[in-house]
Amino acid sequence: MIRINCPFCGPRDHSEFTYGGDGSIVYPELEAPREAWHDAVFLRENICGVQLETWQHVHGCRIWLTIERDTLTHEIHSVRPAHPGIAAALHSKEGAGT
Amino acid sequence: MTARRLESGGRIDRNQKVTFDWDGKALSGFAGDTLASALMANGETVLGRSFKYHRPRGIMSAGVEESGAIVTVGKDTRREPNVKATMQELYDGLTATGQNAWPNVRFDLGAVNGLFSRFFAAGFYYKTFMGLPPFEWGSGTGLWMQYEKLIRRAAGMGTASRAPDPDHYDHAHGFCDVLVVGAGPAGLNAALTAAEAGRDVLLVEQDFELGGDYLNDPAAEPKRAELVTAVRNAGVHILTRTTAFGLYDDGTAGLLEKVTDHLRNPDPSLPRQRFWTVRAGATILATGALERSIAFENNDRPGVMTAAAARVYLNRYGVLPGTRILIATNNDSAYGTAVDLEAAGAQVTVIDSRAEQNAGTSERVSIQYGLAPLEALGRPNITGVELAADTGNGWKPAGKQGCDLLLISGGWSPVVNLSSHRGAKPAWNAEQACFLPGQTKEPIFHAGSAAGIWPREACETSGVAAAQRATGEAFQTIAPGGWARTIKPVYEVRASDRVSKAFVDFQHDVTGDDIRLAHQEGFVSVEHLKRYTTLGMATDQGRMGNVIGLALMADALGKDIPDVGTTRFRPPYTPVAIGALAGRNVAGHFKALRRTPLHDWNLRHGATMTEAGLWHRPWYFAQDGETIDEAYVREAATVRETVGICDVSSLGKIAVQGPDAAEFLNRVYSNGFAKLPVGKARYGIMLRDDGMVMDDGTTWRLGETDFLTTTTTAHAGKVMVWFEELLQTRWPDLKVHVSSVSDHWAGVSIAGPKSREAISAILQDGTDISNEALPFMGVAGVTLKGNIHALIARISFSGERAYELYVPAGFGEAMMDLLWPSAKALGGCLYGMEALGTLRIEKGHVTGAELDGRVTIDDAGLGKMASTKKAFIGSALRQRPELLRQDRPQLIGIFPKDKSQRFKGGSILCAPDGTSGFGDGWITAVTHSPALGHWIGIGYISGGVEAWRGLPVIASDPTRSGDVEVEIVSPHMVDPEGVRVHG
Ligand SMILES: [Zn+2]
Repeated sequence: MIRINCPFCGPRDHSEFTYGGDGSIVYPELEAPREAWHDAVFLRENICGVQLETWQHVHGCRIWLTIERDTLTHEIHSVRPAHPGIAAALHSKEGAGT
Repeated sequence: MTARRLESGGRIDRNQKVTFDWDGKALSGFAGDTLASALMANGETVLGRSFKYHRPRGIMSAGVEESGAIVTVGKDTRREPNVKATMQELYDGLTATGQNAWPNVRFDLGAVNGLFSRFFAAGFYYKTFMGLPPFEWGSGTGLWMQYEKLIRRAAGMGTASRAPDPDHYDHAHGFCDVLVVGAGPAGLNAALTAAEAGRDVLLVEQDFELGGDYLNDPAAEPKRAELVTAVRNAGVHILTRTTAFGLYDDGTAGLLEKVTDHLRNPDPSLPRQRFWTVRAGATILATGALERSIAFENNDRPGVMTAAAARVYLNRYGVLPGTRILIATNNDSAYGTAVDLEAAGAQVTVIDSRAEQNAGTSERVSIQYGLAPLEALGRPNITGVELAADTGNGWKPAGKQGCDLLLISGGWSPVVNLSSHRGAKPAWNAEQACFLPGQTKEPIFHAGSAAGIWPREACETSGVAAAQRATGEAFQTIAPGGWARTIKPVYEVRASDRVSKAFVDFQHDVTGDDIRLAHQEGFVSVEHLKRYTTLGMATDQGRMGNVIGLALMADALGKDIPDVGTTRFRPPYTPVAIGALAGRNVAGHFKALRRTPLHDWNLRHGATMTEAGLWHRPWYFAQDGETIDEAYVREAATVRETVGICDVSSLGKIAVQGPDAAEFLNRVYSNGFAKLPVGKARYGIMLRDDGMVMDDGTTWRLGETDFLTTTTTAHAGKVMVWFEELLQTRWPDLKVHVSSVSDHWAGVSIAGPKSREAISAILQDGTDISNEALPFMGVAGVTLKGNIHALIARISFSGERAYELYVPAGFGEAMMDLLWPSAKALGGCLYGMEALGTLRIEKGHVTGAELDGRVTIDDAGLGKMASTKKAFIGSALRQRPELLRQDRPQLIGIFPKDKSQRFKGGSILCAPDGTSGFGDGWITAVTHSPALGHWIGIGYISGGVEAWRGLPVIASDPTRSGDVEVEIVSPHMVDPEGVRVHG
């Protein structure tokens, strides 16, 4: 059981979340050529170590998260909202709070 | 072994006599006994038979490491095999039987296996039945499976009941700052220290009493009682009869609490067991250590047990396990046992394999040095021991000595299992001759003998120190060891010229010779050794045998133990019943049940329900005496003739709102949505990134920035997640909000030529829904009689003039109470999933069975819908050359050649000469079509209708209906021009 520290809900069991996919992929524009889409959809690194992943807190606040997780140890190094606007808002709120 | 209950002493309650049944015999014990201590007090010695050789086995220990007294407890549906008698609390009425023996454990015909034991050596099964010509690997598999059945029956380790489990189990969840596993001298002190530092502490003990080794020492009772009181007063949460069976990521621990296994008539409201998931900030493992045996000839005889166990039976249960006792040790720990046994009236001799003098023992205990047991004599019970003397270069026979109990102390193995679950590799400590817990970065701390610390005072101090480390208050560690004189490792005693049956793993009958044989045959890795010999693979999981096995392997390899390695322990530490894993998620609670707002209304009106994912939906509404086939055919025909009403509330419904909602839908759907006018609905198909169809449904534009998207019932959750993913991770600039409103609306489809009439009659104020006011694909807000606000959309799944009518969920029944009399008066009906299927198959409309994740929009015959003017999700990859091949399977309709024949869903479509292999296509759904008067189906076939028009095709279903000749037709089988839907 991995525990994921949701920025909104606090530390929760991973069974509340669903795994999305490789968080390092930048999906091309819809108009981009087939080759670009092929690479984005089908080519994946098989990382032993820290990788960027997306997860959704599907049985919680439903936020999509970008997570740095070590595939060898399951250690989670960072958790932030995938939406840059939400991440920035959260960051500034945290900044204001301290 | 001539054990007897002493007149006094022990922690048992002598005022509370308990009767129980052992193999049909009525016996008695006392409250506070284990099954093992009570059997011992009754003089029962042979309690089990071994796995391969059916050798008689008795009590070998007093705890979780027991490998001899493994019995079946309970009867009928509550029969549980492989219970360690040493762990089973005695209760009045308990029933236990021996296992792995016929007719019983005292006289077992299977013992003849022992005479042929050389054939049962390591790897025997594989060599005999799989590897030898003519049964080469693979080709002999069928035969192997026959033999395996016989071997399993002969070997069987008890049998479970085949009836459903009558008990129930709970899942429970816990949180704490500090989890302490084990309530002995170290664990109690750790829990107290952490609690006094203000931490929320959970203390877990597998025994039914707190105290661990204190319980085996009457002199320590005042101290134990004081500590337990202090721990309770400090607010520590305590779970007894609870085993921490596994440690997982981020401080998660799995616990199994045995709630009623010790009760004769438990409160039926109590679960039998509780499966706990605990999240701990820090974990202290005070799990103790287990005493090892030594391998020598017949070391498995009843009457041979660990030295510490004898002290437990004497001091905790008031049972003197023997009268003439020989204690064989290689370390200091057995001397306390010797003194206690002698004081209780036994005649005790200690043989210490070490050479030097030992200080501080009773004069009445005779001690001999440099000796070890070579062979246990007597059968089935031990009558004496042949001794061996250490020559400095092996062992030589050194005479015989009579005894009725042989106690062995071969050293101690800390219970390192739990931290090993976390990947902390145990490290061999040569000085203490044991594996110590490995290093981990996680907040896991060991205390007491689990950390290789032997004297009780040091264990207590180490408990305090571990708690201080766990709470970050101090960082002192206590060094392992603490005996006055060092242990001298002895793993096996044998004279070089003798073949011996010296057991390393009692549960799987693995001997020292087996390990040497495995080595000779080239199994040099410890992992291979384990699999080939089955060492450490039974419920013992290597507790007793692992270290000896490793030592013998190291010896054979000429290496040191750390160079041979150890296997990683994996959860569970002790067995966990499947029922506990399942908890309450059984039978009707196996998965959640979703009811539509019209569920009860449907049942009141005669619905037979069926499962659709988690949903229960009406399947058909049978009239008097109708079969399902008669009912759905009538329902479908009624829809095409007059009108039918069907509950479609389970469809997914997503409110898509915001300034960019139209743009968002336009990107998601393969067809255009940007220009959908307010008050209109559109059917849309969305693809995945890879160009395959994800889902379909209609979207209604309720306002400029307000859309209602419906999904299939099956994919409602998936589509919602997908929308959220796109908006949060890919297109964060879009100003769109999505919310699931599936449960907010009750929805029905009203289909058939008289549908408009049926609805018009229930509208308030005579609202106009004529073809002009509400044409095909029109959407409007209307008010039903009784002032019920509703949404109406003219959309059709059946190919008839049809509407979907949605009201807020709480008004669902009110809507039906208006609508149903109105439709009934027009000769209409209620219809269910089966007729819904008929109507859509007749029209060739796709649903889950056709959109199975492997089809493109072109395969489904809907390629023309995909926009060529815009890019959308999947538009790039749907153009992959492989997906554009003309010979891909394409959606088709299927008619039987002989119209009186029927075929089944799942049949393979083949050319007449090719009914083997994968065929050319498949049938996804079939129905009897009332409109056409015969069976029809839809499915896919390579190349589609064009490739097969007029050609004979076989629908092949070899295991059910056989081969049926069919013809391939357009999937639009009824009203292909779509006249009816626009009328
Ligand atoms: Zn959350």
